[in-house]
Amino acid sequence: MSRFFIAFFCWLTFSAHASIDPALVKQLAAEESDDKIAAILKIAETAEPEALTILQSLADGTLIAPDGSEIMLNNRIRGVLANAIAGLRLFDGDAKVRRAAAQELQTNVSLEMAPLLGKAIAQEGNDKIKALLVAAYAQANLSSPDVAQRLAAVQVLGEYASRNTRSLLLPLAKEEGEADAAVRAAAIQSLKVVESRLAVGETLGRVFSGLSLGSILLLAALGLAITYGVMGVINMAHGELLMVGAYATYLVQSLFRSHFPAWIDAYVLAALPVAFFAAAAVGIVLERTVIRRLYGRPLETLLATWGLSLILIQAARVLFGAQNVELANPEWMSGGVELMAGLVLPWNRIAIIGFSLFVLLLVWLLMNKTRLGMFVRAVTQNRPMAGCVGVHTAKIDTLAFGLGAGIAGLGGVALSQIANVGPDMGQGYIVDSFMVVVLGGVGQLAGAVWAALGLGVFTKFLEGWAGAVIAKIVVLVFIIIFIQKRPQGLFALKGRFVES
Amino acid sequence: MRTPLTIRFLQATPKSGWVALVLCAVLAFVVMPLLHLAVPPESPFHVSTYVITLAGKIMCYAIVAVAMDLIWGYAGILSLGHGLFFALGGYAFGMYLMRQIGRDGSYQSDLPDFMVFLDWKELPWYWTGSDSFLWALFLAVALPGLVAFIFGFFAFRSRIKGVYFSIITQALTFAAMLLFFRNETGFGGNNGFTDFKRILGYSITSPEMRVILFSLSAALLMATLLVGRYLVVSKFGRVLAAIRDAESRTMFLGYNPLWYKLAIWTFSAMLCGLAGALYVPQVGIINPSEMSAANSIEIAIWAAVGGRGTLIGPVIGAAIVNLSKSFFTQAFPDYWLFFLGALFVGVTLWLPDGVAGLWRKWRNRA
Amino acid sequence: MSDAAHLLVHDAVDISHGVILYLEGISVSFDGFKALNDLNLTIDAGELRCIIGPNGAGKTTMMDVITGKTRPDEGRCFFGQTIDLTTLREAEIAHAGIGRKFQKPTIFENLSVFENLELALKMDKRARTSLFAWLMDDQRDKISDTLKQIRLDHEAERPAGLLSHGQKQWLEIGMLLVQDPKLLLLDEPVAGMTDDETARTGELFKSLAGKHSLVVVEHDMAFIEQLGGKVTVLHEGAVLAEGDLATVQNDERVIEVYLGR
Repeated sequence: MSRFFIAFFCWLTFSAHASIDPALVKQLAAEESDDKIAAILKIAETAEPEALTILQSLADGTLIAPDGSEIMLNNRIRGVLANAIAGLRLFDGDAKVRRAAAQELQTNVSLEMAPLLGKAIAQEGNDKIKALLVAAYAQANLSSPDVAQRLAAVQVLGEYASRNTRSLLLPLAKEEGEADAAVRAAAIQSLKVVESRLAVGETLGRVFSGLSLGSILLLAALGLAITYGVMGVINMAHGELLMVGAYATYLVQSLFRSHFPAWIDAYVLAALPVAFFAAAAVGIVLERTVIRRLYGRPLETLLATWGLSLILIQAARVLFGAQNVELANPEWMSGGVELMAGLVLPWNRIAIIGFSLFVLLLVWLLMNKTRLGMFVRAVTQNRPMAGCVGVHTAKIDTLAFGLGAGIAGLGGVALSQIANVGPDMGQGYIVDSFMVVVLGGVGQLAGAVWAALGLGVFTKFLEGWAGAVIAKIVVLVFIIIFIQKRPQGLFALKGRFVES
Repeated sequence: MRTPLTIRFLQATPKSGWVALVLCAVLAFVVMPLLHLAVPPESPFHVSTYVITLAGKIMCYAIVAVAMDLIWGYAGILSLGHGLFFALGGYAFGMYLMRQIGRDGSYQSDLPDFMVFLDWKELPWYWTGSDSFLWALFLAVALPGLVAFIFGFFAFRSRIKGVYFSIITQALTFAAMLLFFRNETGFGGNNGFTDFKRILGYSITSPEMRVILFSLSAALLMATLLVGRYLVVSKFGRVLAAIRDAESRTMFLGYNPLWYKLAIWTFSAMLCGLAGALYVPQVGIINPSEMSAANSIEIAIWAAVGGRGTLIGPVIGAAIVNLSKSFFTQAFPDYWLFFLGALFVGVTLWLPDGVAGLWRKWRNRA
Repeated sequence: MSDAAHLLVHDAVDISHGVILYLEGISVSFDGFKALNDLNLTIDAGELRCIIGPNGAGKTTMMDVITGKTRPDEGRCFFGQTIDLTTLREAEIAHAGIGRKFQKPTIFENLSVFENLELALKMDKRARTSLFAWLMDDQRDKISDTLKQIRLDHEAERPAGLLSHGQKQWLEIGMLLVQDPKLLLLDEPVAGMTDDETARTGELFKSLAGKHSLVVVEHDMAFIEQLGGKVTVLHEGAVLAEGDLATVQNDERVIEVYLGR
C-alpha cells in the first residue's frame, strides 16, 4: 500500500506541483465524495496555475490514485470539478478564455465557489467579464448562512435577468425557501424586475421569430402571388420549386466541398443564382408543357400541377434518396447576437430576413421600373386589353412564371439554411403561401408583405400561447373567417371589372 | 296534369342503365358471396378474402368518387377536402368498433387502449353513446354533414368559389388532420383506431362478416348512383348546372345559389361519411393520414379519370386508379408516384372527359 | 332566411303613387372613382324609359345597384312605395319583380332553349321544392307562347349555345318575360341584331309597356326613336337631361357631352 502511495507522491513532485499542499492532492483519492469535493475546492481556492493542471488531469482521468487505480468521479463531483476548473480559468491571461469561463459559471454555482469568485472579481479588469462574475458571485452567495450576504446577493441578481436567475430567485420568494423576511421581500422585488425584463425579451423574441417565419412565407408567397396574379392559376407545384432551390444549394455545397474547400463559406452566395435559374428553368418547362395548355381552366390546372408536384417529389427521392440531405450553415451565419438577456438573434435568421427584404426590393423594382414589370401588371389587370395593345401575353406568361419559380428557388436557398432539406419539404408550404396570397389580395405586392409578416408574427404569438398545432389550426380558421369578410383580401381591387 | 315522379325518373334513365344495375346487383349479392363462401379455397373459382376486401374497399372509394362528381361535375365546385368527410365518417364508426373491443385490448380495460396509455380514467364526453351501433351510424352521417353544412354556409354565403374554395377546403382538412394527430384530441393520435374485433358482437374477420360488408358497400354504391341520377335529372340538378355555368344569371332569375350549393355539398359530404363508415371495418384501421391533402386530391383524380358529370365514370375511375395503385405499390413501388403524377397531368391535358368521354366518342363514331 | 322574405314581398309592389322605381341621391365609388354621383331617377309604372349616355356614365352601375349586385355608398333605392332594394339580395330582388338583361347575353349555353325558359319561369324557386318540381301543363303552355313571341319555337330543343347572337338576345328577353316581372331592365338589348330583328324587338317592347315598366339602356338612336318614350341622359354618374328624344337631342349640354369639347 505505502509503496504505491510513494510512487504517486514521486510522480507529483516530478510534475512539480510544489506550491500545492500534497496532502490535498492525496485527499483527491479519498473514499468519500465529500472529502474529494472539499479537496477540489481547496485546490481551486489557491488559484495557482498548477491547481488547474491537477484538476484538469483529474477531470480527464489521467490522475492516478496512490493505489494505482483510477479516481472514481460521480456526477456531483464532476459538476463541482467543472465549476472549479472554470473558476481557475478566470485567472487566465486571455480575456476570451476568462469570458468563456465566466459564462460557464452562470449556472449551478455553489457557495463554496464564492471565495474564488471574490478573488477573480478583485483582479478582473474587463467590465463585461466583471459583470458576469458579479452575477455568479451573487448566485453563489444565495445559499450563504449570512443574512446580509444573501440580501446583497438577491438584490444584485435583480439586475441579471435570465431564466436561470428567475428559477434561483423563485424559492427565495417563498417562506419555505427563505426564513428571513427582508431577504424574502428583496427576492420578490428582484423577481418582479427579472420577470418584467424577461417578458420584454420574450416578446421581442417572438416578434423576431415571427418576422423570420414571415419572411420565409413571403419568399414562398411572392412567386405564387406573381403567377396567380398574372395567370389566375394556383401552381400546386410551387412548394416543389422551393425544394428545387434547396437541392440546388445542396449541390453547390457539395461542389464547394470537393473542389473549393477554402471558399466553403461562400457557397450560399454562389447557390443563389444557381437556385434561381434551376427553379426558373423547371418552372418554365412546367409552364410551356402543361400549364399553358390549361389556360382558362383553373381547377384543372390545380390538379395537373399537383400531379407535377408528385412527379418532382418522386424524382427528388430517386435522385437524392428519401432521407434529408445535410446542409451546413457557413461560418458567418452560425451563432447569433445577444441583444439582451434571454434574447439571442441567430445570424441565419437575421440573414434570411435581410435576404427576403432584398428579394422584395428586387421584385418591386422589376415590377414597377422595368418594361417587363409593366407588361406583367398590364396582363394582370386586363389580359385581353393587354393583348390588344401588342403585349405578347404568352411570352409574358412564360417569363412571369419563370420569375415566380426563380423566386421560389431563392426561397429554397433561404429555407435550406434553417430547415431540413428533403423531398417532401415543399408540401407544407403551398397552403401557407396561398393563405398569404389570399390574405394579401391578388396581385398586391404590399398586401403580400403585410400578410406574410403579420401571419408570421401572429402564428408565433399563438404558438407561445397555445402550442404549434393549435396555433396552426387557429390561423387557418382565422383566414377562413377573414375571407368571409373580405373575399378580395386586405388590399382589394374594387370595381365593375372585378369578378363579373 | 303531371307525370308521376317515378315514371319520369324511369324515363330519364336509359334501359341499358337499368340492365347494368340489375347485373351488378346479381354479381354483388349472389355470385361473389357464393364464390367466396361456398366454393372451396382450392377451386380456381374461389374468390379470396383479399379480393373481397379489395373490391369492398374500392366500392367505398367509388361512393366517394360519385359524391365528388355530384359536387364537382354537376355543381362545378372542386373540393380538395372530401377526405375529411370520409375520415370523419370512418372515425365516428371507428369509435363504435373501439368500444366493441371491450376488455379484449392489451390492457384489458373498458377504455380503448390508447386512453389507458394516456392515463385517462374515463371516456371524454364526445364518446358518449359510442357503444351504440345506431348512434355510431347516425354520427357517421351527421357529423360530416354538420361540418360540411357549417363550412359551406359561410363559404358559399360569401361567394367563395373556384380555386379559392378548393384551397380553403384543403386548408380545412389539413387543420383537421393536425387536430387528429394530437393525442389529447382523444382519437388515438398518430395511430388512430385499429385492432377491431367485432361488429354487433360478431367477429369482424369472419368470412360471413366480410361478405356482408362487401354487399353493403355494393348496395350503398348502387343506391348512391340511383339517388345521384335522380338529383341530376330533377329540376334541382338543372338549377345546379345553371349555377355552375352562369351564377349571376341564375341569381337574377330569382334562385338563391347558396341553398342549392349547400344542399348538394352537404349531401355529398354525408355520402362520404357513410362510405367512410363502411370502409373502416373492411380495412381494419383509420388514422389521421386519411385526412392528408394528398388523399383528398386523389379523390378528384378518380372522378377526372372516369369522366366528370357522368356519375358512372367516377366509379370506373376509382376502380382504375386504385387497382393501379395496388399493382404498382407491389410491383414497382418507386414508380407509383410517377404514374399517379402523370395520370393527373395526362387526364387534365388529353382526357378532359375521362374514360366515359372516350367511350362516348367511340360509340358515336361506330 | 331569404326564402321566406322573398315570398312575402312577391306580388306586393305598392304602386299607389304611380311610380315603380325611385332612385334618390345614389352614390357609388370604386377606389375614389365616382361611378354614380348623387343620381336621382324615378320610373313611372307602365313607363318605357330609355337611358343614354357616353361610356362610363354609370348606366351599368345603376343597373347593378337596382338589382342588388352593387350596394350604394349613399342614397335610397325603392321598388314601389315599400320595398327597399338596398336591403335585399339579388334573388330576392328578382322575386320582387325586377328582371334584368345583361349587356352581354348571359344564357345557359349547355341547356336547351326550352330548359332556359323553364328555369326562368315564375314559380317557387327554393332548393327544397326544386327536388320534386315538375312542369305543369299551363306552365308548358306559357313557355310555348313565349317561344313564339321571341320566334324561337323551332329552336326549342337546341342547346342555347348554338343560337346566333341576335337569337341569344331574344332568348334572354324571353327569359325575362316568363318571369313576369313588373320592371324590366334591359342593357343594350338590340346590340348585334339585324335591322329587321331590331325593329321587331322595338315592337315587342312597345307592346309590353303599360303592363310592365321598362328601362332600356341603348346607344342605337334609331331604336330609341322607334320606342318613342321619355329619354334620360346620364353623364358622370348623374342625370344630365331628361325629356323626349327631340328635346334631349337639342340640349346644349348633351351635345357638348356627346360631341366633345
